[in-house]
Amino acid sequence: MSPENREKNDEQNLAIEKIQEGIVIDHIKAGSGMALYKHLELDKLDCSVAIIKNARSQRMGKKDIIKINKILDIDWDVIGFIDCNVTVNLIHDGKSEKKNITLPQEVRNVIVCKNPRCITSIEQGIEQVFKLADPVHHIYRCIYCEQKYEPKYQKK
Amino acid sequence: MKHIIDPLDLSVEEIDSFMDLADKILADPAAYAHVCKGKKLATLFYEPSTRTRLSFESAMLNLGGNVLGFSSAADSSASKGESVADTIRVVSHFADICALRHPKEGAPLVAAMHSKIPVVNAGDGGHQHPTQTLTDLMTIRALKKRLSHMTVGICGDLKFGRTTHSLLRSLARYPDIRFVLISPPELATPDYILDELREKGVPFQEVERLEDVMPGLDVLYMTRVQRERFFNEEDYIRLKDSYILDAQKMTLAKEDMIVLHPLPRVNEIAVEVDDDPRACYFEQVRYGMYIRMALIIKLLGLEEGI
Repeated sequence: MSPENREKNDEQNLAIEKIQEGIVIDHIKAGSGMALYKHLELDKLDCSVAIIKNARSQRMGKKDIIKINKILDIDWDVIGFIDCNVTVNLIHDGKSEKKNITLPQEVRNVIVCKNPRCITSIEQGIEQVFKLADPVHHIYRCIYCEQKYEPKYQKK
Repeated sequence: MKHIIDPLDLSVEEIDSFMDLADKILADPAAYAHVCKGKKLATLFYEPSTRTRLSFESAMLNLGGNVLGFSSAADSSASKGESVADTIRVVSHFADICALRHPKEGAPLVAAMHSKIPVVNAGDGGHQHPTQTLTDLMTIRALKKRLSHMTVGICGDLKFGRTTHSLLRSLARYPDIRFVLISPPELATPDYILDELREKGVPFQEVERLEDVMPGLDVLYMTRVQRERFFNEEDYIRLKDSYILDAQKMTLAKEDMIVLHPLPRVNEIAVEVDDDPRACYFEQVRYGMYIRMALIIKLLGLEEGI
């Protein structure tokens, strides 16, 4: 069996139906799928949502996939922040349209500064804002204290 | 309206213009004695300070203005749980300009976001201290007659020391500056500052022993190992005496080297060094007041009327 067929077969075995209307987020770095699920607040949806973890991938070895059985107004910057290498397809009437995902310049109220000396640790009602400091290494820093954000869910 | 939060908020040209104005004030203080008549400076100091607060206040008084404010969080509504954002909204109605010191990093930026008057960061935790940087730059320029082509040694707490971070980033913008960073590994300069130096192609070396590098320095900037920056008393006691400048070490230095220190000094510079003509840290305080006078005039937009 070719790697492509084995990949397809793997997904078929998990019995996730093809969706007619919705969003497919593919090629998520293995292990980041749940973080994406959490940050996109997919747990609050009442439609079908599937997460496939550690699916076999020809390109990546292992990958995560999220399928949402509904077209939603999603914060694309959140996806770009967590993993800008994902492939996003918007499905309308069974037809797929690719959505381009880029690394956002700024993320607002997505992550929290962990620096105990940062003003965000005590100031009420403050927005948590991180700016892209290094696009090559995907480094974001808190705009208040400049602390680097260290993602826990991404394996180095 | 301009705020001064980070020394890099100011371009090299702006910094030079602040120093030029400070030089003019220094040459003829009487000409500026009433420039800020009817204006008020609020000093909002959430943590204790002697030099910085008094320097700001004397700067405003020397310009003919008035000052109001508080000198510790306990004296302010912060003790009742008021946010920085709410405090600055209120103070904006009482004063024309504000100097804010806060133990939390980024507090002056939060104030600037909600303020109707210019906010000057007078030190935010271990983060930035732009007016100390302006003081340092002005002192170096006044005493060395240049801000380029020199080797600058920075010694002590380079991890938590806010003055060293501000100074490094600002001096790095001048041509042909080389840094020697002298600290124990536990208190070394944060990576993100070193990354900035690498990106700009600014040469630097990190060393642990002050005496090894003394002969090559044009400027030696000493800092205090601050007790309040440590979470752990044991670490503080182990490291606090690591780097003490004394008369013996001064014999290794160039005759025209200058020693600076943001003060307060505890024991990192032995008292015997004070009489050395190269010890310029008390002179530095004087330059600090003049650069703050220039800053107040510029931020209030009063330069045109002089």
